[in-house]
Amino acid sequence: MSRFPALRTAAALVALAMVVPLIYLFIRAFQADGSLLWSARMLQMTWDTLRLAVTVTLGSLLIGGGSAWLLERTDVPLRRTLGVAAALPLAVPSYVGALAVVSAFGPQGSAFGIPGLIGFWGAAVVLVLSTYPYVLLITRAALASAELTLESAARTLGSGRWAVLGRAQLPQVRAAVSAASLLSALYVLSDFGAVSILRYGTLTRGIFLQYRSSFDRSAAALIAVVLVGLTLAFIALERLARGPVTPARSANTAADRRVRLGRMTPFAMAALLVPTALGAGVPTIVALGWLNRDGLQGRGTDVLGTAAATSFGLSMAAAVVAVVLCLPVALAAIRRPDWFSRTVETAAQSGYALPGLVVALSLVFMTTRALPFAYQTLGLVVAAYVIRFLPEALASARPSLAAVDPKLTDASRTLGAARWSTARRVTFPLVRGGLVAGGALVFLTAMKELPATLILRPAGVDTLAVRVWTGASEGFYAQAAPAALVLLAVSALALIPAWKVSGSSPKAAVDG
Amino acid sequence: MADSPSMADAPSMTEPRGGIRLSGVSKTFDPEPARGEEPRPVVAMDGVDLHAPQGRITAILGPSGCGKTTTLRIISGLEEPDDGHVWIEDDEVVGPDTWVAPEHRRVGFVFQQLALFPHLDVAGNVGFGLKRRERRDRVPEMLALVGLEGYEKRRPYELSGGQAQRVAVARALAPRPRAILLDEPFAALDVSLRNEVRAEVAEVLRESGTTTVLVTHDQDEALSLGDHVIVMIDGRAAQAGTPEEVYRSPDSPEVAGFLGDANLLIGDVRAGMVHTAIGPLKVDKSTPAGRAVALVRPEDLDLEVSTRGDGRVTEVEYFGHDQRITVLLDGSSEFVKARLHARRRFEVGARVRVRAGSGQGPVIYPMGGPAGKPADRLLS
Repeated sequence: MSRFPALRTAAALVALAMVVPLIYLFIRAFQADGSLLWSARMLQMTWDTLRLAVTVTLGSLLIGGGSAWLLERTDVPLRRTLGVAAALPLAVPSYVGALAVVSAFGPQGSAFGIPGLIGFWGAAVVLVLSTYPYVLLITRAALASAELTLESAARTLGSGRWAVLGRAQLPQVRAAVSAASLLSALYVLSDFGAVSILRYGTLTRGIFLQYRSSFDRSAAALIAVVLVGLTLAFIALERLARGPVTPARSANTAADRRVRLGRMTPFAMAALLVPTALGAGVPTIVALGWLNRDGLQGRGTDVLGTAAATSFGLSMAAAVVAVVLCLPVALAAIRRPDWFSRTVETAAQSGYALPGLVVALSLVFMTTRALPFAYQTLGLVVAAYVIRFLPEALASARPSLAAVDPKLTDASRTLGAARWSTARRVTFPLVRGGLVAGGALVFLTAMKELPATLILRPAGVDTLAVRVWTGASEGFYAQAAPAALVLLAVSALALIPAWKVSGSSPKAAVDG
Repeated sequence: MADSPSMADAPSMTEPRGGIRLSGVSKTFDPEPARGEEPRPVVAMDGVDLHAPQGRITAILGPSGCGKTTTLRIISGLEEPDDGHVWIEDDEVVGPDTWVAPEHRRVGFVFQQLALFPHLDVAGNVGFGLKRRERRDRVPEMLALVGLEGYEKRRPYELSGGQAQRVAVARALAPRPRAILLDEPFAALDVSLRNEVRAEVAEVLRESGTTTVLVTHDQDEALSLGDHVIVMIDGRAAQAGTPEEVYRSPDSPEVAGFLGDANLLIGDVRAGMVHTAIGPLKVDKSTPAGRAVALVRPEDLDLEVSTRGDGRVTEVEYFGHDQRITVLLDGSSEFVKARLHARRRFEVGARVRVRAGSGQGPVIYPMGGPAGKPADRLLS
């Protein structure tokens, strides 16, 4: 007797909807000229992509990991403020960062006459500044929850200071460092906006150019398949490197155990502040500078308003759909955790690893082949957002659903409330916060989405991200600046919950 | 198990009606097997027959994993049995063609971890099972019953263990259920608090006159709270009766062993005596001769310091009001426990003679039947 058949069917359907478009991508790729796979161009793009991914990951680990250690294990002053500031570049989409670089330092902007910040190094700098905050947040959390008693235990068992680092500290944060590296690498693999604006030829840029400039869309599909393969390889590599995941324990960092910086303090503070200034400060100042120079023309505000409204509507729709769709997947996984629901859950999260361009191309091939009426509709854009960002909704909804003690719904049933009444009176009030947070996260991420929007938008439809991209790639920086500023403001909103979580102790949450 | 003693309390036409009755209820779980392991079904209930009398407190006592929590979940409708019938006040709620959903059974449940709704205050919790217009009068009434007037606006996390306990009972009683089920309700409390809260809750339940079924693995709790005690072992109701009946004349050595300390001695029954390692003990004349297991409670034994004794003291546990002495009998590996007044002094290592005290004589379980009878198994 199978329990929860309806729920499991719904979950499976959601997972299928997330994965099926990919099948059309592969079908299309098989129609391409196979020799392309070994062409010099393909190898060059793959090599360039790998080179960038590795460089950016190492850079992020250095800056993000170093910042995390300074904040968690030294007595650097103003830790809270510096911690919040260090996370600020999260709010800067990579293409906005690229816009700042190209408009300030690029051949056309060259306001300060600094050449050479396009291409590889430009892309690397912009992407390191975009990704190091992820590494910072993840490793900092791991350091905070690493058990200091273990370190003390290692000392009493005869390990010296360095042995403690190797045998007690690193093993505890190894899984976090590994996960953070993967996050950076995947970010680079899927990035399209920054590398395109900075004219660095990665696979995503190759896909886009191929798709746009020729009639042979199968070649674009083939490049996309190579990109998917590269992504899977990175994920597999991370699985190997991760090691056993140690469960997080209570934080117990005592102030007196921190490393005393002494005269090094100013350097530590500078090390924390410089990446923030470059990653968040420079793009904001550059965009403000362009706005100040050219102002907002009358027609400009109209266009900007329309683009903002479109972005808002599409992202809102994606948030609602993603939250609704993630519910059966999360519930099925919680109610009956077996191989079936685990597979379903993994499939539903595939969007996390799939670059936006790949999702968009898959949807193009699927609709032109099977659902022609859906091609070039706003619905398809929403579908791409949902596939891409469903994992974010799931990550937020699942723990809050799992935290609902089944005894509470049992209690409700024995007190006379039927299934739906129980859902309304007990389950929903308890999970509302998690669902809203998940929806908000999807909304804010979707606002920034660029590559899928570029490919899938119906003719004449602009979003804020598209405005920035068009302005930047065509050299009309003044046109891009206001849209970039709106996006920066919206993205900054996404950081508020992250700050709240990191800033409040469990006790405060209870008392408040 | 096939030939273990027949279960007491099977419902028959002559039995008093009402209360809660189970007949032939079975339930097997199929837990998800761990990686690389064969699926192993777990038999939680194996044809359980039982009766919880109307308006009384019935305590189901059993070791963990004996199926007692499953019994409560099946009575309340939170779990569906594979087989069997359940009646509440003579309404069939479970049968081959009957299934009443938990929300329609009118059976209150107090969970081990209480399961108070964290998003509701005390008044919201107690009023949860009530219709909106009933809440105004009934909630204060229930809070007065459990002595928590003025706590309406408190949140569950602001309550002490004992207060939360009483809120859980009030919540379950508020909709005037036909029965109330308590699943190890005092296990989560500190020992210091447990006796007090237990007495309070028992009083509230008796006052309300609600049919109550309480599940526990604590024999003191079962014997002191229950008007009626059911001993559950290995998914079956092994014995039912008043607390004194099940303690004084257990149906099997297994039940005896679970209910308090028991000395189980092998002996030969001959002419009104059972001859055991501690010498002959008087038994009923009608007891059939042959090998048997004799149950003697520690409080029914006496010890005498004597160099010619038949054993040696190996342990003295002092409890203040009394003490428990463990004796290793000569020429065997059998230990005997005796419970004696605290004022008498025994040293570890002292030689003692064990003899029957002034209390009840032994309960005899004949042996020598087919292999696997409970008496043999327990002593093997």
